[in-house]
Amino acid sequence: MAKVVLDFEKPVIELEQKIEEMRKLSDNLDIADEITTLEKKVGQLRENIFLNLTRWQKVQLARHPERPYTLDYIAMMTTGFIELHGDRTFGDDKSIVGGFAKLDDQAVMVIGHQKGRDTKSNLYRNFGMPQPEGYRKALRLMHLAAKFKKPVITLLDTPGAYPGIEAEERGQAESIARNLREMSCLPVPIIVVVIGEGASGGALGIGVGDRILMLENTWYSVIAPESCSSILWRSWEYKEQAAEALRLTANDLLEQKIIDRIVSEPPGGAHRNPQQAAAVLKDILLEELRPLLKMKTDKLIEQRIEKFSAMGEWNE
Amino acid sequence: MAWFRRSKENISSDSQKKDTPEGLWTKCESCGEIVHKKVLAQNLWVCAKCNFHFRIGSKEYFSIVLDEGSFKEMDRKMTSKDPLNFVDTKRYKDRIKDTMKKSGLNDAVRCGTGKIKKREVVVACMDFAFVGGSMGSVVGEKISRAIDKAWKTKTPLIIISSSGGARMMEAAYSLMQMAKTSAKLARLSGAGIPYISVMTDPTSGGVTASFAMLGDFHIAEPGALIGFAGPRVIKQTIGKDLPAGFQRAEFVQERGFIDLIVDRKDMKETLSKLLEMIS
Ligand SMILES: [Zn+2]
Repeated sequence: MAKVVLDFEKPVIELEQKIEEMRKLSDNLDIADEITTLEKKVGQLRENIFLNLTRWQKVQLARHPERPYTLDYIAMMTTGFIELHGDRTFGDDKSIVGGFAKLDDQAVMVIGHQKGRDTKSNLYRNFGMPQPEGYRKALRLMHLAAKFKKPVITLLDTPGAYPGIEAEERGQAESIARNLREMSCLPVPIIVVVIGEGASGGALGIGVGDRILMLENTWYSVIAPESCSSILWRSWEYKEQAAEALRLTANDLLEQKIIDRIVSEPPGGAHRNPQQAAAVLKDILLEELRPLLKMKTDKLIEQRIEKFSAMGEWNE
Repeated sequence: MAWFRRSKENISSDSQKKDTPEGLWTKCESCGEIVHKKVLAQNLWVCAKCNFHFRIGSKEYFSIVLDEGSFKEMDRKMTSKDPLNFVDTKRYKDRIKDTMKKSGLNDAVRCGTGKIKKREVVVACMDFAFVGGSMGSVVGEKISRAIDKAWKTKTPLIIISSSGGARMMEAAYSLMQMAKTSAKLARLSGAGIPYISVMTDPTSGGVTASFAMLGDFHIAEPGALIGFAGPRVIKQTIGKDLPAGFQRAEFVQERGFIDLIVDRKDMKETLSKLLEMIS
């Protein structure tokens, strides 16, 4: 496996490799005690590192190329996924995927941004950066969900809506705006989960819902730290400061009352144990869906509008 | 065409100062014509020679489209809070304080009720002079309340936009104002109350991707820049020059996103006729 190791992951991963080597030797040598001690040590080390991650380090984790993406979560959490394609107007945007699937016995519409793993698949997925047809496909699928009274789950993971000529020509702004309005009054429950990067309007374009969750090592804000740095500091060098200033982690957004819940990740992050990350998320989704499915539609919509209406801080 | 030459002839503030003895004169950004400020105001801040529409604020816009003395401002005292203690090269708190002093405004939008040819409307107008007309919590909340007012009193709503997008210094709070204003508009639309979105130069980013693009009617001023991503970002991403007129009102109308491009001098009449037609 081609491993990508972030700087701050190194000490943990080196120690883990050492334990692995010792295990191989342990057939011949009696070093079980030593291994146990080291395992304890690695656990403590990991905890220390991960408890004290800077915001910029969390951004790096959120972008970790081995993190599970939307299609991985769909494969691990659901059964019978039927992917649906196209916006019926222009084309099929590969950076947003979606379709019906079963979460245990519950049929749901799952929609999410999709990144690629290597150059080829990243080009195919446009690095998870949607164009208007992506948002319009998502909206079409949400209307289908509403028609057949199935709840919607959206998974957010994008570095932003694609800033290109054609995207503008086809109405990038209009497509996002329309989704915000339509999602706010969709007559079925919507649960939104930030699984990686939640960059600006490109993320929010499929991000209006009744419950907003964030995985532990993700970020969600109005702009990426690098872009913020380049605009406010007029240099790309201040991304760490920008990340701190933007207060963009799951903890930050929970404090700001913008999200409802943090989904904990396996030790070391979702990429260290995708199966476990997906299992935890699946349980939480089922738990969150239950009360929403019992609500009357009018109340559901009213509550959703009120939820977003309450966001913000001002003096008067 | 006005927008075409503008970028090339962008004049520095230095030369502008030289060209404006005693501050009475100003230079048209587009054709370079030197105009007396009083004459310019009489012409609704539009260049008489080339029809370039100068950027103006809410005060000027209200005077153009509303019946004299009819404007009653709502939520005038609302101000930004700096919920994140945001500091870049300057503290957000200081930025707000300084901008308030300099502009005489409390934030980047003013809202209220008024009359257009005796017809009652709820109106909001953004001020680009206030942190680039950026939308933070105050703009989002004031726009939301204006929508609520239109909804509760069954009064047509007009929002005149001029904005660089969401306000970075309020981070996720700013982002969520897009969802908030759009959600309120869903409710307004459901109640069958008309909403006219007027886009002036520039209308971009999170403002375009929320309430500005959700009108029943989209009106733009000639030459106004209207888009999601900024031209510089797009140019950087694709590594190519942008086509002439890209993201200008005329271009955006050709792509199907603007109903009408209306000269400032005809704006009041157009709004009035539209409202009359659907009332
Ligand atoms: Zn001129």
